Amino acid sequence: MTITWKDYPVNGFYDELITFAGDPRPGANHLLRHLDGLTEAELQERKAAADAAILSMGITFTVYSEAEGSIDRAWPFDIIPRIITLREWQRIEAGLKQRVRALNLFIDDIYHDQKIVKDGVFPAELLADSQNFRPECVGISPPRGVWAHICGSDLVRDRDGTVYVLEDNLRVPSGVSYMLENRMVMKRVLPELFDDYAIVPVDDYPSQLYQCLASLAPEKLRPNVVVLTPGIYNSAYFEHCYLAQQMGAELVEGRDLVVGDDDCVYMRTIEGLTKVDVIYRRIDDLFLDPEAFHPDSTLGVPGLMRAWKKGNVALANAPGAGVADDKVVYTYVPDIIRYYLGEDAILPNVPSYRCVIPEECEYVLANLDKLVVKPANESGGYGMLIGPAASTEQREQFARLIRNDPRNYMAQPLLSLSTAPTLIDHLVEPRHLDLRPFILSGQDIYVTNGGLTRVALKKGSTVVNSSQGGGSKDTWIVDWEAA
Amino acid sequence: MAMLSRVAEHLYWMARYLERAESTARLVSVNGSLILDLPKHVRPGWASLIAITGSDELFYKKYPDAAEGHVVKFMLADEENPGSILSSIRAARENARTVRDIIPREAWEQINDLNLKARSHLSGGLSPKWRYAFLNEVVLSIQMISGVLAGGMSHDDGFEFMTIGCHLERADMTTRIIDVRSSSLSQDPSDVLKPFENILWMSVLKSLTAYQMYRRHMQAAVRREAVLKFLLQDSEFPRAFYYCLCTVRNCLSRLPRSAAILDALLPLKRQIDEAKPEELSQEELMLFIDELQIKLGEIHDALAKTYFGAESAETTQSQAQG
Repeated sequence: MTITWKDYPVNGFYDELITFAGDPRPGANHLLRHLDGLTEAELQERKAAADAAILSMGITFTVYSEAEGSIDRAWPFDIIPRIITLREWQRIEAGLKQRVRALNLFIDDIYHDQKIVKDGVFPAELLADSQNFRPECVGISPPRGVWAHICGSDLVRDRDGTVYVLEDNLRVPSGVSYMLENRMVMKRVLPELFDDYAIVPVDDYPSQLYQCLASLAPEKLRPNVVVLTPGIYNSAYFEHCYLAQQMGAELVEGRDLVVGDDDCVYMRTIEGLTKVDVIYRRIDDLFLDPEAFHPDSTLGVPGLMRAWKKGNVALANAPGAGVADDKVVYTYVPDIIRYYLGEDAILPNVPSYRCVIPEECEYVLANLDKLVVKPANESGGYGMLIGPAASTEQREQFARLIRNDPRNYMAQPLLSLSTAPTLIDHLVEPRHLDLRPFILSGQDIYVTNGGLTRVALKKGSTVVNSSQGGGSKDTWIVDWEAA
Repeated sequence: MAMLSRVAEHLYWMARYLERAESTARLVSVNGSLILDLPKHVRPGWASLIAITGSDELFYKKYPDAAEGHVVKFMLADEENPGSILSSIRAARENARTVRDIIPREAWEQINDLNLKARSHLSGGLSPKWRYAFLNEVVLSIQMISGVLAGGMSHDDGFEFMTIGCHLERADMTTRIIDVRSSSLSQDPSDVLKPFENILWMSVLKSLTAYQMYRRHMQAAVRREAVLKFLLQDSEFPRAFYYCLCTVRNCLSRLPRSAAILDALLPLKRQIDEAKPEELSQEELMLFIDELQIKLGEIHDALAKTYFGAESAETTQSQAQG
């Protein structure tokens, strides 16, 4: 059986490739026609080729499971790409740049004069209770005033086609290596499509990342840049390795580094100690330096914060950048953009209710069956209440949690996430997805061409995390007007 | 940029494990074919492989006897045997995974592939009919990996550590094989193996892929004396002990901070140079080989101490100031 698009159920959701009327969206025409022309056997052959490529390229992610420890799994990948037109992307790109610029100004202000608080735009009590605010960072001025050098923002599209920012990840966002590898796999399994399309390439990310990191040591011609990983058992180890390799930077673990009496950071090499200038750290704030944070952490480097505060080493992302990654702070981002840049946000937030504001809290408590409630600082979809799917007991439990600690919660209406055609066994079915572009801030701001599209492979599910059965697709920014 | 100590250590072990898997594959393959050449009543059997790899204790704890099926399973597939082909490949892959940012991508892919392939083709490898094909595939895959590394990786410090790892492992295997095979001949009470002695020495050469080169360079029939001389002292055959030692020495001379290890290597080199293995009685030979093995261990320890270990707080501080 080949694909027949007229049988494809759009189901009332916004589909990324097909309109409500069942026609291809702008830019999707070639792709759909091409897939249409493949026989069932050919389609399965391509899928098998993709799986084989992923296995032998060793593209993996690690799942933590209690029974077997951590397991390295092949990266789940769907061969039908998701398409965004260049024109739409340019607007999104501008929106992301604006957002990150404002967020960096915000973080810098928070650790200095806190003008935004004094001006009454941002509530002081939010800061007082922030889990990711680091008092250790007050008064520190990292190079170029940039704190969040690498930001991964999650975007979703609602039923009417509007693209919303769902959250900003400013601590150690991952996924960019899979974006790059997805493209590599696509080129191997459906090369002919690249003839039909002007697909914007993605593979300059590693050199952009290197430039961004190197710009943090402006006085040096060839700074020593390293990627700091928690080690091979971390779920993102593949990515740490991949990025180090692509940048030609050294991949180090905490035990490879040492802070000397001169408060500079050195790595242990076969020649003795070599000075390190820039650290792209992929371990969380609280594990960075046992002297400053968790004393029993073996992942970090004793004295690292001391070296950073003295300006002897640059850290990306800077410690404390996570203060803006709080989901309650998120609800203020449109205000933050207006305050620092004097502009309206180009990309909207998902409408959100802040439980710290009494009227909004009342609304949330009265409408728990319609809302998604999120705690301020969890990630990976943990600790949430999906109201419409929850039991009465769960809703009551959350009502108690919110009343006890309104600062820690925000709520959003349940979005109807958009879908895209996905090859499930032998059929093409709609599956929900999101998109994580990556934004680099150094001397300049750079946005990836597209990002990592994550797909919920389970029917009807909106959970896209790979640890919970999510997969991914290649994301094509297509200049179809030029093609 | 100077190489991280930890990375140097992983590269060293990656190469050692790859070499170990390859030599184990050759060993099993050659033994299988040797046995077919000997009359049933004098077949030396499979126990010698267990002895060569120094794993008697582990083996006899798990298996009742050294029957072919048991030994082959132990050498190929037993994950509790750290020297089995599967364990070695897995360990090589784990080390490679840790340094995959350092080695060429193709090399990582090949090592990863080898691990997948070895596992999925294993049941074939355990049946006598497909064993040769399986082992041959393992050997060829590892040769390919060595090729990709030699031709695609800068011959920098990391490459020196890989080369050192590979050649220490080879030197070790060469001495083990000589030790066990020659002792099985000398312990043969009724001399039943005597008529087959040169078949046995041929198999020694073949386990080290040395047969053809032996013929070319020694231009002699396969005799104990000449074989020993070739395998211990030849300076051109890559699996000869002397060659391995010289390679290790050359690599070290290009590495920083190697003076002390090089000094310690010198007497060993001289000892091999001046030895007359052909004149040694069986007992003397075994003592001599024991000594070589101890010295190989010492070289490893010196490497670990100089390059791999975490430095003491004292040196850290003095170097940080410097």
